[in-house]
Amino acid sequence: MDDFYRDYILDHYRHPRNFGHLERIDAQAEDLNPLCGDQIRMELELDDGVVKDVRFSGKGCAISQASASMLTERVKGMKLDDVAKLSKDAVLEDVGIGISPTRMKCAMLGLRVLKSAAIGELAGWPDEE
Amino acid sequence: MIAVDGKIEQIIADFPILARPTSRGKRLVYLDSAATSQKPRAVIQALVDYYEQYNANIHRGVYELAARATAEFEQARVKLARFIGAETNEIVWVRNTTEAVNLVAYSWGNANVRAGDAILLTELEHHSDLVPWQLLAQRTGAELRFIPVDERGRYVLDDLDALLDGCKLVACAHVSNTLGTILPLDVVIPRAHAAGAVVLVDGAQGAPHLAVNVKALDADFYTFSGHKMLGPTGIGVLYGKHELLAGMPPFFSGGDMIRKVGYAQTTFADPPRRFEAGTSNIADAIAYGVAVEYLQGVGMEWVREHERALTAYALQRLAEFEPRGLAIYGPRDPAAISGVISFNLADVHAHDLASILDTEGICVRAGHHCTMPLMEKMGWSATARASFYIYNTEADVDALCAGIEKAARLFGI
Repeated sequence: MDDFYRDYILDHYRHPRNFGHLERIDAQAEDLNPLCGDQIRMELELDDGVVKDVRFSGKGCAISQASASMLTERVKGMKLDDVAKLSKDAVLEDVGIGISPTRMKCAMLGLRVLKSAAIGELAGWPDEE
Repeated sequence: MIAVDGKIEQIIADFPILARPTSRGKRLVYLDSAATSQKPRAVIQALVDYYEQYNANIHRGVYELAARATAEFEQARVKLARFIGAETNEIVWVRNTTEAVNLVAYSWGNANVRAGDAILLTELEHHSDLVPWQLLAQRTGAELRFIPVDERGRYVLDDLDALLDGCKLVACAHVSNTLGTILPLDVVIPRAHAAGAVVLVDGAQGAPHLAVNVKALDADFYTFSGHKMLGPTGIGVLYGKHELLAGMPPFFSGGDMIRKVGYAQTTFADPPRRFEAGTSNIADAIAYGVAVEYLQGVGMEWVREHERALTAYALQRLAEFEPRGLAIYGPRDPAAISGVISFNLADVHAHDLASILDTEGICVRAGHHCTMPLMEKMGWSATARASFYIYNTEADVDALCAGIEKAARLFGI
């Protein structure tokens, strides 16, 4: 688990990409992990069913914030339908390092919120699908 | 620091789990006793003995096994009563502190609290001594008030008498599970009584760590859990003054809590059995009795002094990290707290810190500690919390500091 705290993870934690808010919001969602209080909000700007721009905001641990930050880089230009189909493997591929079972919810919070924005209702936990 | 040479080594040797290395081959450094304590061999053996030697239901069978089970179960009640200076018939078995608080909120609260009455809590309450009173206030139209704390989590009692005006009930934590703050019950209880209020003390973090005598304190109710004081999970105690318990209606109802049952009407047993519907948690109650015997053998004065000295050492060692952004929350006076220290390291989230400490075999709690309103008031999203008990040593504190050093290195602090 200490392998997780690599330079690029800490870089995303301390300098999150696409952090903040959009002027035009076509889809949005937010949620928190009740176990630890981590919060993520995702805002999407769409163009003909494609993610034109994305912003996230929130607070929490390095795992939740860095994985959300990396996710925003992945989904720009992606079809909304494909965003809704993203699996936990996408996040695990981005973070590149094994996540312990006790921290899996932290890593999946951003994806859950993003998928919720894409489908317009609260999505399930990606690690439980 | 340790009063008797070799005593701490003997204590550690009584806890089998402390001799087991973690999956990474590290020594287990258990600093989460405020969540649940480890169990000594004698307590574990008591569970095995019950199931292997005299497993039977209580209060009904006429055969020898049932008689022994009943005797051991009721003897455990005697041990718990002695442990807190109560009468035996003032000890009600419950699952845990949460159930004890709910029992009082529903049974005593529904019968005694009315619209316009006030219920006084403190800003340090655990959710288990907050949410049941919120629901009672909603049911009755009563008003909730809070004894405030300052920025270091110390009680501010300046306005206590005004807060007590019109108060039916005071419900307060003996010791804060998040910051370790000890409530001066010798101040609060007499003034609450003078104002006509009944006092429930949430002793979940008090009874395990401080010598408690409910008669000397003059507490009306005192609630605590077995698993935080060397006992099993699933067993706890509601202490209530007999005259209060005697006037309260049942909470749960069914078998074992009755005097006479007809198809239409039932008369109920006297306390404590009036509040113990159904088959009790026999094995865990018996083992809980063994746990408090163990604590009495160690000596509660020793427990307090050991934890005070260890807390003083930990505060001093942790302070070495303050120039690098370590924030220590709560009172800094070891005499004012009970073996609990909450902290954060710079911009390292408490969960990340706890994960890194875990790789070194160090168990700490991270999060809101079931005190979300306090976290919000203080502006903390989460804290790491180290909590000590009789089996912890300065070596555990040193391991914690080495783990914090590792986290600082990984995060480039």
